[in-house]
Amino acid sequence: MTTVASTPPVALAPASAPVRFARLLLSEWTKLRSVRSTIASLGLLVALTLGFTTLLTSLTVSQWSRADPNQQRQLMADPVSTILGAGFQLSQLTVCVLGVLVITSEYTTGMIRASLLAVPRRVPMLAAKSVVFALLVFVVGELVAFPSFFIGAAILHGKAPVSLGDPGVLRAVIGGGLYLAVLGLFALAIGGLLRHTAAAITGVIGFVLVLAPLAQLLPGSFGKHVHAYLPSEAGHLIGQAHQRPHDLLTPWQGFGVFCLWTAVLLGAAAYLLQRRDA
Amino acid sequence: MIEVDRLSKRFGPVTAVNGLSFAVGPGQVTGFLGPNGAGKSTTMRLLLGLDHPNSGTATIDGKPYRDLVEPLRVVGALLEAKAVHTGRSAYNHLLVLAQTQGLPRKRVDEVIDLVGLRDVADKRVGGFSLGMGQRLGLAAALLGDPQVLVLDEPVNGLDPEGIVWVRNLMKYLAGQGRTVFVSSHLMNEMALTADHLIVIGRGRLIADCATEEFIARSSQRSVLVKSPDATRLTELITAEGGLVTPDNGQALTVGGLPAPRIGELAAREGLILHELTPQLASLEEAFMELTRDSVEYDTRTSQPAATTVEARPTKGTR
Repeated sequence: MTTVASTPPVALAPASAPVRFARLLLSEWTKLRSVRSTIASLGLLVALTLGFTTLLTSLTVSQWSRADPNQQRQLMADPVSTILGAGFQLSQLTVCVLGVLVITSEYTTGMIRASLLAVPRRVPMLAAKSVVFALLVFVVGELVAFPSFFIGAAILHGKAPVSLGDPGVLRAVIGGGLYLAVLGLFALAIGGLLRHTAAAITGVIGFVLVLAPLAQLLPGSFGKHVHAYLPSEAGHLIGQAHQRPHDLLTPWQGFGVFCLWTAVLLGAAAYLLQRRDA
Repeated sequence: MIEVDRLSKRFGPVTAVNGLSFAVGPGQVTGFLGPNGAGKSTTMRLLLGLDHPNSGTATIDGKPYRDLVEPLRVVGALLEAKAVHTGRSAYNHLLVLAQTQGLPRKRVDEVIDLVGLRDVADKRVGGFSLGMGQRLGLAAALLGDPQVLVLDEPVNGLDPEGIVWVRNLMKYLAGQGRTVFVSSHLMNEMALTADHLIVIGRGRLIADCATEEFIARSSQRSVLVKSPDATRLTELITAEGGLVTPDNGQALTVGGLPAPRIGELAAREGLILHELTPQLASLEEAFMELTRDSVEYDTRTSQPAATTVEARPTKGTR
């Protein structure tokens, strides 16, 4: 019992704000690395991306003669977007789920109370969590985007040759990781707003997978604009080498729209985090 | 030093905490007592900045919890509801918290040893028993070596050995001059641990006094008397200002007069006594009597059942 205070309290003045934020980053990193869902989700991200890139580009090559000339032209005009799309279309869902879980698991387990006791101002905790999670997804995203591109490019080589040096290609591949990082934040923000895992995952997947086809049903230019400005539709433009004729937004504009959506939702999540009882 | 001033919290139509004021000083264990649903946990959550009050303030060393810069170094809290990610190991849970305050890993090891979780430190918390969970919660509370401890039902789920351990730990921490504020719905447990009691019911203060005083006031001073001359004795006692409730036939329950005085009266008149027994309600009974009142009725004063401890609204003046 004598060990209660064997480390004497450090009665120095509290650390400065930047130091305290650095501590929160370290703490959030420990949170992330010490649960299985992180490793499982990111492992699945890598496996699905590489698997589907290989599978879909191989099928494209083997079925090349049966594709209509339009499809062939489109693919040859922007092979990198086909490669990245093939890999990320499904695997991006793992980032959605992990982004939601990063915050809702704190609510479902009660960990949020311990977190907020340590950071009673609350918003720095959310900020640190967002930074650490986005950086992790960005790094893993790049680590999978480049191999995915090289695999896809090798498979497509005979039909639609592409190299990193082509205009816009390097930006598109780096954009793959950027897109996943912002997508993760987008999911985290919705998780923070809804606080329930199932509801938040449904919400995010609704945004990413369901709203886009629905918006395409809207008539005329109105529908076209709604569709173009939807978060994931705008966001994935960053994975294209260049703006296509029917795209309303350039790759960077699209990514900007996606970032704006995410920033607004994160802001709302921060506001509610401060207002609500934990 | 914890100070709560006119604190109120409503959840929809329910007022969980209603104009509550009290102060908790250092160097002693202060028990926070009340039946389930009295507002103890809500008061603690308000104190810790987890819930926002509708009105009033709760401060620790003069500051709202939210204004504490490195809060875990000032206040250690154990919440009634679990506050641990079940998929994380005990060690990593404590490490996460330690890192937010810039505490070294060494300190994590120290508190793990202190609460006796060394063998399971690397196991996932999801598999912990209730008692192990409580020990982990206490480890988290002690992590920053805080001067103020806020513990919500810390003995919940502990085995007898664990209960004694927590009791001793709280007394030890208070003995070091720390402020120890501990809630319980068990009167007997608090009687053994707490030096001072704050009793609430329905979100209102019922009593704020030393535990000894509470016990003294809670003990009903009635006397059971059996005598073949019950009728005559009743007259004598009533004349002396006692309150007699005839039980049946020869038995009387006498309030307002101590047993020796009743014996003297009987001897003076030469009356035979078969039995003369002071009746002490158990603490638990007294507590239930006291709080039943506040559970069922909004105003304590309307109930004659409150023969035990009258309301003593105090405002942080100790």
